[in-house]
Amino acid sequence: MTLDSPAVSPVGDGGDPERVTAAPAGAGSPLRGRRPSPWRRRLSRWDARLSPYLYISPFFLLFLLVGMFPLLYTAFVSVHEWSLLGGQGDYAGLDNYRRVLEDRYFWNALRNTVSIFLLSSVPQVLIALVLAGLLDTQLRGRTLWRMSVLVPFVVAPAAVALIFGNVFGDRYGLVNEALQAIGLSPIAWHVDTLASHVAIASMVNWRWTGYNALIFLAAMQAVPRELYESASLDGAGRVRQFVSVTLPMIRPTLLFVIITSTIGGLQIFAEPRLFDTQGLGGSDRQYQTMTMYLWELGWRVRDLGMASAVAWLLFLIIVLFALVNLLISRRVGTLGGRR
Amino acid sequence: MALTLTMTAAACGGDSEGATTEDGKIKLTVATFNEFGYEELIEEYNAMQDEVVVEQKKAGTANEHQDNLYTKLAAGSGLSDIEAIEVDWWSALMEQSDAFVDLSDPEVEGRWLDWKTEAATTPDGALIGYGTDIGPEAICYRSDLFKKAGMPTDRDEVAKLFGTWDDYFEAGREFVDKVPGTAWYDSSGGTAQAMINQVEYSFEEEDNTVIAADNPEVKEVFETVTTNAADGLSTGLTQWSEDWTASFQNDGFATMACPGWMLGVIEGNADGIEGWDIANVFPGGGGNWGGSYLTVPAQGEHTEKAKELAKWLTAPEQQVKAFEAKGTFPSQVEALEDPALTGSTSAFFNDAPTGEILADRAEAVPFIAHKGPKFADINTAFQQAIQRVDEGKESADEAWQSFLADVERLG
Repeated sequence: MTLDSPAVSPVGDGGDPERVTAAPAGAGSPLRGRRPSPWRRRLSRWDARLSPYLYISPFFLLFLLVGMFPLLYTAFVSVHEWSLLGGQGDYAGLDNYRRVLEDRYFWNALRNTVSIFLLSSVPQVLIALVLAGLLDTQLRGRTLWRMSVLVPFVVAPAAVALIFGNVFGDRYGLVNEALQAIGLSPIAWHVDTLASHVAIASMVNWRWTGYNALIFLAAMQAVPRELYESASLDGAGRVRQFVSVTLPMIRPTLLFVIITSTIGGLQIFAEPRLFDTQGLGGSDRQYQTMTMYLWELGWRVRDLGMASAVAWLLFLIIVLFALVNLLISRRVGTLGGRR
Repeated sequence: MALTLTMTAAACGGDSEGATTEDGKIKLTVATFNEFGYEELIEEYNAMQDEVVVEQKKAGTANEHQDNLYTKLAAGSGLSDIEAIEVDWWSALMEQSDAFVDLSDPEVEGRWLDWKTEAATTPDGALIGYGTDIGPEAICYRSDLFKKAGMPTDRDEVAKLFGTWDDYFEAGREFVDKVPGTAWYDSSGGTAQAMINQVEYSFEEEDNTVIAADNPEVKEVFETVTTNAADGLSTGLTQWSEDWTASFQNDGFATMACPGWMLGVIEGNADGIEGWDIANVFPGGGGNWGGSYLTVPAQGEHTEKAKELAKWLTAPEQQVKAFEAKGTFPSQVEALEDPALTGSTSAFFNDAPTGEILADRAEAVPFIAHKGPKFADINTAFQQAIQRVDEGKESADEAWQSFLADVERLG
């Protein structure tokens, strides 16, 4: 739960309260002729000032309850000795953090997470962009195509893991049997580090590419068609139009998708967890991700103090990645925008 | 976004005590894993009284079940009214005995084998679990593959071949010479587990001091299975993996150590394969692998009713029926002499007298291996080390060194 909360703030607080304030204040003016009592006037002024905040408060109250509170509580747990079943122990200061940073499996998990994240998010966003570009054209049966890219998304991750588990079986899996049928040597999907990352990333991509493509598509459809007309008058081809018109125009959406998929990619859990039956990420933890490492500490080793320390470290890493992303995408966006 | 959050929160809180059904009956849940053989028993219980309706929640593996148990135990809510607990995890949970209802009852005194009851009794005399099954081990084998290798196929003849582990492995070396492409046993991990279960103090001393790193017997088991794997005796697969399950259908291996509860697993995985049989022998004498208890978590709403149900389910008559359904071998004294058990045969295992064989195997168990609170954690690391050698990720020496580091890490 706690891990979800960082995702909330960048998306949620987009509203601009000042702009909303104007409406009720204007609506109050016809009453002025009746000279209302000072008390009523004060009430109506409060109404105008406070209502907008009240209207948006449910989100923030909920966020405090299910986002902020777990976040702070996790911080509290992380500076204590805390056993899963035994509960709170002595105050431990930063000892849990030190133990986590000294554990080789932490660094191993960090490497795996970044590797799986890159293997999934980068191709995912690129393919989704191309897919959206294609769907944005005058296809026959457009709605059907647009709907069907979303189908993988409605399949539960556990079911996806089950199906891909059979596809990527080391000995009797579909891919390996196909490889052997055409005379190639089988790939040890569950053993080899890179191969396991590719297999897991393909599960993630299969699930999320269509979803992202639809978001891109929605943004692309909002691009004024005149821009394309004038671009083609200027002699720009389809590819040039895509790069010089479409991409700069959908930059905010691009940013949004990149940041959400960064957050999601760094928190990846279900796919690698269900990739084998032990759930520790392979015999050498070759595909144990950060969240799986967190889970192992909390629920197998039963040390919630260390697990909470990992949760906070993961939070900081995600913030770092999101900032780097933001900077890069800004830079790329302005370059593309300069015509 | 806020909506998503509330929905997630609601989903997390999920399946808690939805205590009554529409027609006012109390709903009781029983959480088990693998195959307990309870499906028909639960129907029977539902039909014989009209106060409660029982529902079973089955987890695929013991690990999965255990994760769920720990999570909800820590949360203080959400557990089933009855939770099965596997013996490997037992002592870690004994430290939390307050979370379970004391089930002692004059009616059940002397119901189980002494060691089974002793293990479930806390120092201050509370009985926190009712024994279900035990796991006396025999050797299950494919007689059709034995025939192919020119080996005896009759189960009594086969039994003579496997007196010691050395004999068993020797027979395996001959077998893999003659039938290339098929391994001798199902997995290095399963075989290592069977051997570890024959060591009285394997990973922990009697006072639970961790001795895994310096225990020569542990090292010997490790060396034996990794050498065997190099000789092609093992499939190199991990138990319960998809490939392992598939290997039952692909002539992947010829034998495996099979505790009673494994019979149901084999029958399920090898559906349609003919030739399975079971020999009344276990290398190195006898061995017990696994077996479980039913507990009643104190957080439940209807602990009295749950206790009654647990008492009924673990009564000798019922466990004999569970044995007939899935081969889970009863831990109840009376059940062991029940003609329904001793006379039972299994059509899948070539009409073998499985009841009689497993009763003999249970008698051959010399002691029950000590499993302290760290047993399951160290065992996972041990199994992973063996798997790394199987997969060729590390040499046997490297894997042993990293196992030592893991033990150190678990403290």
